[in-house]
Amino acid sequence: MASTFAVETRTRPPAAARGAIRIEDVVKIYDPDGAAVMAVDHCSLEIPAGEICMIVGPSGCGKTTLLNAIAGFHTITSGSIHLDGEMLCGPGKPKADPGADRIVVFQNGALFPWKTNLENVAFGPVVQGKMSKKEAHDKARAMMADAGLSGTEHNYPGEISSGVRRRVEIVRALMNDPSVLLFDEPYRALDSLTKSVMHEALLEIYYRNKVTIFFITHDLDEAIFLGHRIAVMTTRPCRPKKILEVDIPHPRDYSVLTSKRFRELMDETLGAVHEEAIKAFELGEKEG
Amino acid sequence: MSKGLQKVKGAVFGRGMLRAIVSIVVFLVLWELGSRSKQWVGFVMPWVGQVPAPTAVLAAWVELVGDAGYWQSWYMSFFRVLGGFLSAMAIGIPFGLAMAVSRNFKGVAFPVFEVLRPIPPLAWVPASIIFWPTQELSITFVTFLGAFYTVVINVLGGARSIDVRYYQAAQAMGASDWDIFRRIILPGTLPSIVVGAAVGMGITWEVVVAAEMISGGGSQSGGSGGGGLGFFIWNSYVGGSYEQIVVGMISIGIAGYICSEVLRKFGGIFTPWLRLR
Repeated sequence: MASTFAVETRTRPPAAARGAIRIEDVVKIYDPDGAAVMAVDHCSLEIPAGEICMIVGPSGCGKTTLLNAIAGFHTITSGSIHLDGEMLCGPGKPKADPGADRIVVFQNGALFPWKTNLENVAFGPVVQGKMSKKEAHDKARAMMADAGLSGTEHNYPGEISSGVRRRVEIVRALMNDPSVLLFDEPYRALDSLTKSVMHEALLEIYYRNKVTIFFITHDLDEAIFLGHRIAVMTTRPCRPKKILEVDIPHPRDYSVLTSKRFRELMDETLGAVHEEAIKAFELGEKEG
Repeated sequence: MSKGLQKVKGAVFGRGMLRAIVSIVVFLVLWELGSRSKQWVGFVMPWVGQVPAPTAVLAAWVELVGDAGYWQSWYMSFFRVLGGFLSAMAIGIPFGLAMAVSRNFKGVAFPVFEVLRPIPPLAWVPASIIFWPTQELSITFVTFLGAFYTVVINVLGGARSIDVRYYQAAQAMGASDWDIFRRIILPGTLPSIVVGAAVGMGITWEVVVAAEMISGGGSQSGGSGGGGLGFFIWNSYVGGSYEQIVVGMISIGIAGYICSEVLRKFGGIFTPWLRLR
């Protein structure tokens, strides 16, 4: 899939120079009915601009809470999150404003089913008033063509396979020229063959755009294959337990999966994750 | 033979069509046999023996085709159904959307709505005859009620079942409140509106017929009908013309079918993304 996927940069700095995330001492306590549940516990994490950071941890550990805080969907209790030195949320401002510089690609996808793929991709610039409908459609068509999605423009999301849907959604995100892409287990529901195609396609897109990627997953193969670094999170409350540098050089392709280094990293990650998975399991038993 | 013609031929003589024809023919034959049981088997079969035979119904129908009063009944009922249905849509959709969007408005409006909703539209007939200046208005009002509650409940339910991810995605991409209403809530609710309209249309026909019977067919009543299909049936019953009763019943069936078909077509136009699933 040799495709050009350059995003216009206009007057803003290129993507690689933006998108540094600093998560500092973030605490999130859910208190719906008096029983305070700590979802995130003094979590600190730094993601340099233009890096792929994989967040790995057992289900329900609070990873998504962190993502929602960055995206501005939920509040944090204390701590702060900065993007390129600017505070998104922190003291005096518990909830970040959602913005087009941080776009989420959701677990089950969030393409609007009532819009065609083209209208979906063009959505951001149109509602922001940045482009006329025609300009947005032209650009969307070009970006979809670059991503190998020509021919699906006038289909509705319900008419295409889930793998293609994810790709359309990523193109829709990139249309907004974001600094950060936030992935919430986007490939969870895909079969492993589709997944491997998606991974290479994602890296392809990444090499063109160099946006910062905050990527939540359960899948260790996925984490090691895609990430510059992997943050293994503790089970509830969520905090980085171990941060691994993946020293396999980019650009990567699927031959990496069988390399010796990949196996070593796998062993290392698996050890850390397994401990937490057992803890999460026992916690679940207690609650059940 | 061209492909199009073959398609038509397939649709007309295909297995599905054949089954439909067989089903209707068998039904008519059994009905005919049942209602003529006294002549043919010597005793009146229970229930079906009292019903006029299809051939007799058909004969009565052929006679009525030239009768302006019969067509006037069609017109009256259609007019009332359409009036009640359209006003239910025109008021019910904005009302439901307002409740879905504003918590305050829902807090104020919903309790009253929920108290009034269980009252069957037909229970409103006497009151609405008293309240409304003309009988025509009172029948249309009762018809309106039949569709109104269903439309509102569907709009409300549809709007609330829109996935929160769509709001979040739209928000992140810079959509204003108005954008979210226009581009997310409205299209996201459309499938439920279409379902609500279809169910509401069915109820409208049930209600209009009963309202016409009870209220005596409205101001145009008298003569051989003209008060709607419900009154046509009632009038035929009073006049002892049992064949015409059945004609009236089948007429309502056909009228309802036409309405549902039209609605389905319209619904498909408004929700193109559901068509190709």
